[in-house]
Amino acid sequence: MGKSTRLAFGETIAQLGEVNSNIVVLDADLSKSTMSSLFAKKFPERFFEMGIQEANMIGVSAGLALSGKIAYACSFACFITGRYDTIRISVAYTKANVRIIGTHAGIGIGEDGTTQMGLEDVSLMRSLPNFSVCQPCDEIETRELIKYSVEHNGPMYIRLTRQNVDKIFDDNYKFKFGKGVQLTDGNDAVIFATGALVAEAFKASNILKEKGYSLRVVNIHTIKPIDKEIIIKSAKECKLIFTAEDHNIIGGLGSAVAEVLSENYPAKIIRIGLPDVFGESGTPEALYKKYGFDAESLASRIETQLKQS
Amino acid sequence: MYTHNQLQQIANELRIDIIKAISRAKSGHPGGSLSAIDILVYLFFNEIKRTKENALDPDRHRFVLSKGHGVPALYAILARIGLISYEELMNLRVLGSRTQGHPSYLDLPYVEASTGSLGQGLSVAIGMALTAKIDKKSYRVYCMTGDGETQEGQIWEAILSAPKFNLDNLCVILDYNKSQIDGFTKDVMDLEPLKAKLEAFKWNVLEIDGHNFAEIENAFNIAREANGKPTYIIAHTIKGKGVSFMEDNVEWHGKAPNEKETELALQELQKLLVKNG
Repeated sequence: MGKSTRLAFGETIAQLGEVNSNIVVLDADLSKSTMSSLFAKKFPERFFEMGIQEANMIGVSAGLALSGKIAYACSFACFITGRYDTIRISVAYTKANVRIIGTHAGIGIGEDGTTQMGLEDVSLMRSLPNFSVCQPCDEIETRELIKYSVEHNGPMYIRLTRQNVDKIFDDNYKFKFGKGVQLTDGNDAVIFATGALVAEAFKASNILKEKGYSLRVVNIHTIKPIDKEIIIKSAKECKLIFTAEDHNIIGGLGSAVAEVLSENYPAKIIRIGLPDVFGESGTPEALYKKYGFDAESLASRIETQLKQS
Repeated sequence: MYTHNQLQQIANELRIDIIKAISRAKSGHPGGSLSAIDILVYLFFNEIKRTKENALDPDRHRFVLSKGHGVPALYAILARIGLISYEELMNLRVLGSRTQGHPSYLDLPYVEASTGSLGQGLSVAIGMALTAKIDKKSYRVYCMTGDGETQEGQIWEAILSAPKFNLDNLCVILDYNKSQIDGFTKDVMDLEPLKAKLEAFKWNVLEIDGHNFAEIENAFNIAREANGKPTYIIAHTIKGKGVSFMEDNVEWHGKAPNEKETELALQELQKLLVKNG
């Protein structure tokens, strides 16, 4: 098991602080959880503890960005994207160089339950003009995405996990903004996965391989702007199409893929995610099993569909 | 530096521009534009001294209009300085114009921030003041808020946070014209006792007549000397100031005058020019 993507973020931003003095980081009393504390320790003069004031933190980030800084505003995905109108006007409408870091995304956070889970955040942020929406799948991809984010022009939403995730990539991995990454070859089905579900989809492909099926796993780290090319190509080449995300099935990756295909290559899509419900308390493992996000559940669901097709 | 008489003359001339622009647009907010114009004229001409040359200088003093609906007053000033044309001012709210109904930073960078969803501008101003502190720059940041928007929770988050960072380079001016869309502020959601609240939040608080240039000048002078503390100027103003039938009349918060009303308003404002000149 690798690190959580929030830890990879904290480590990377603390390193980047040395090379780029325009980076500033803000947190709303969760720096030890979002891991922005690693930056705070090294660069106290460029770290702002905003207290439990997410809306003010976002506005202050916009002001910092409009006067020349690259602002990383950190909190749990649900709390920070919940201050939507401030993000909409102060950040999106001005194209400010604010990176909204939403950690503790999805039911994968576990025991704390629904009020702490970011379950609709991708949907919210995806609908804002000028915003990019990214979700890395492992520590390496997170590191490379955060490095990229320093150079990006315009607002970004970056969605991270509380729980540890498997390492998918090695140190040579090259992150390409806006490009999907095909992880396995296959034609029976394709699964477009994002975040923590990439590792589960990858494991599911191995389970299915043993049963004689080939599953193509495509990691979508940039949900907006989405890689239309890889989606259309994979849809054309595979018999069945799945999406998988630890997020409401409404408005997230599943919706984004459906939008691309309905306009370009109409095809049936099976969206795996939270079926428009809130989460609940439980261990991350128990929750993933209950909602069908773990590798065995994914493999079994795909196999059932393959048998029916 | 302009004399107070000169500033009064400019403000009254800009009152005419504001009424003309809103009247032509057939929509807009005259009440809060007319209440704010004296303070803004002083601020732009004598305090931050905005010119064509320094308008986008990275070290310029910043101004954020948090009460975005008062933007006709700001556009009138920008036109006077020559940052936008008079024609653009008169194209207020017209499709394709940079003079959007509320400030849009991407359309017109001279407005410094996109505002108009109330309660947000002060946070943005705090961010700019923090940048000045980090970069050890001497520019100051000014933010005008409205009384209605001071009911927003985010404003109080911002008021709580600025003193923590010792932002003595930040100055808030409240255009306290006492009314908002649904009625008088004291009835809709009273802010009082405001001065005591702000002092309890550790601000340097001043209270002035927002139409008196001597008091405005004095307040900005004190704000510049405030050591370690952000300054909050409670500026008592009159909504619709300068046009008798608009003054203190809630009805004129967000309504454009018709042709006849425009004529009456302009006649009154013309008389102010003659009287003052």
